[in-house]
Amino acid sequence: MNAIETAAPAPRKRASAGDVLLYVWAALVLVVLLYPLYFIVIASFSDPSAVGNGLVWLFPRGFTLEGYTELLKHSNIWIGYRNTIFYTIAGTAIGLAVNVSAAYALSRRDLFGRKTLSLFFIFTMFFNGGLIPTFLAIRDFNLYNSWLVVVLPFSVAVFDIIVARTFFQTSIPNDLWEAAQIDGCGNLRYFVQIVLPLSKAIISVLGLWMAVSQWNSYFNALIYLRDKDLYPLQLVLRDILITNQMQSNMGTGEAAQIALRLANLLRYSVIIVSTIPIMLVYPFVQKYFNKGVMVGSVKQ
Amino acid sequence: MNASRATFNVHYAWRRISRNWGLYLLLLPAVVLLLCFTYKPMYGVVIAFKDFSPVKGISESPWAGFKYFEKFFHSYQFPITIKNTVAISLYSLATFPIPIAFALLVNQMRQNRFKRVFQTISYMPHFISTVVLVGLLLILLSPSSGLIGQLYGLFGAEAPNVMGSTTWFSSVFVWSDVWQHTGWDSIIYIAALSTVNPSLYEAATMDGASRWQKIRYIDIPMLIPTVITLLILRMGGLLGVGFEKAYLMQNNLNISSSEVISTYVYKIGLLSSQYSFSAAINLFNTMINFALLILVNYMSKKFSENSLW
Repeated sequence: MNAIETAAPAPRKRASAGDVLLYVWAALVLVVLLYPLYFIVIASFSDPSAVGNGLVWLFPRGFTLEGYTELLKHSNIWIGYRNTIFYTIAGTAIGLAVNVSAAYALSRRDLFGRKTLSLFFIFTMFFNGGLIPTFLAIRDFNLYNSWLVVVLPFSVAVFDIIVARTFFQTSIPNDLWEAAQIDGCGNLRYFVQIVLPLSKAIISVLGLWMAVSQWNSYFNALIYLRDKDLYPLQLVLRDILITNQMQSNMGTGEAAQIALRLANLLRYSVIIVSTIPIMLVYPFVQKYFNKGVMVGSVKQ
Repeated sequence: MNASRATFNVHYAWRRISRNWGLYLLLLPAVVLLLCFTYKPMYGVVIAFKDFSPVKGISESPWAGFKYFEKFFHSYQFPITIKNTVAISLYSLATFPIPIAFALLVNQMRQNRFKRVFQTISYMPHFISTVVLVGLLLILLSPSSGLIGQLYGLFGAEAPNVMGSTTWFSSVFVWSDVWQHTGWDSIIYIAALSTVNPSLYEAATMDGASRWQKIRYIDIPMLIPTVITLLILRMGGLLGVGFEKAYLMQNNLNISSSEVISTYVYKIGLLSSQYSFSAAINLFNTMINFALLILVNYMSKKFSENSLW
């Protein structure tokens, strides 16, 4: 295939009007997608009054790191950061353990009661008890205001189970299990020693999905946590970016002006600092994300 | 005869289960978690038909029948929340073709390297958290210092307070979704398009088909099954505007068009502790969504070969 391509390169066609339009469109899309993010980056390094007066468009004006030094003074941000790192690691580990093992069991055609069990899982995608009954259940189990509530009760992800199950069905040949069985290997040992090492691709995809959604989520923490010390980063961000924004519009006078200036700076820098971990890993992992969506789209 | 058959069946089932006991062990954690935190609340939904008091517990609280459903239907919030929820859902449904068009266009790019970079960048906003997204909107759309304020300022006009306006709420909600998720949502269509056999295009070129004709007669038919599956799933959520974003975008100024069922359920239930009332509203919402899903799936099965199950 490659040899043929190099031997006879496809004749380069002149770009048609359609092509030109296509790339103009693509360029516009890129600007629309990237500019808001770029604006936050340059605004975070700029003098807030320059930003407020509309002087910051392409490059930072009145370069300053004040936003970032201000950030260091807010201990709740760092507590939130620490909590989120912990929740992300614990949540991903628990999520992987629970979902990958369930998916493997459901992928086995000789599992007795497989249809009923699958229905038991899939039904929860379309029907649930709702906020208050769930809240009451969490309280019954004494999980309210405990860090466990963020990582354990809602770790079953049926969509992820379906994706992993499809992967196991299509890429782990059944002969392998039959051979292992003849050698006297039980289900658990087979799963740990043979299936898992063959499934690194799907495990990393699901792990990354879980990690990103855990990093970004705030709902469970909002509903089930009361102690500020347990708050994940996103809830702290909500205070800084949204709740305070509503209040800061009210004050006048010099003190209010200074507070507003700092609040604005803090807003830009905190967006950068909280989003950077994801943006840093993102280019390396996006092709796996891509693959995962495709595995999931294979109809069972 | 029947009895011995039954014991035989139980015996047979037990043999098949015990042979694969390890698999059941692997299923156990997920099953227990679902029982405790998903199925137990499904039972707990009976509080919608009771006068629930936390002291008495779910089973001891007295029955109330449909009292709370009637209360909701007669409340002045009923038409408002339903109208807002449906309006935002339908508006959002109208943007459903955008990722499809996006995928068709990306599929037209011949420069593979550019295509890859373009796709990678288009997924990026998907990974921004809801909190940060709403924070971004508040910054960029602020009438005094945001980009929109500057743009209006250039023409010497006063910018509208977009985030605090009832007329703009649904547009900001839906189009920021489009901004954030179009690239990501198109992946599945791009994947479907990549399975087109290249010889089809070659044959079409031989027959003198234009680019548009190739899209119309090869690409689009290829996408139909995926489109239908995703549309069915989307229908099931017609009465479910997500809590996370709507709640964050709400403020006193836009509340009359931003109060949707999910945020109302939260406020009634957790902020004012009317547990039974909140559970009733929530159940009403879930039932409608569930019924819609089944209806749409049934119709799709009847009129085409595509369905979820």
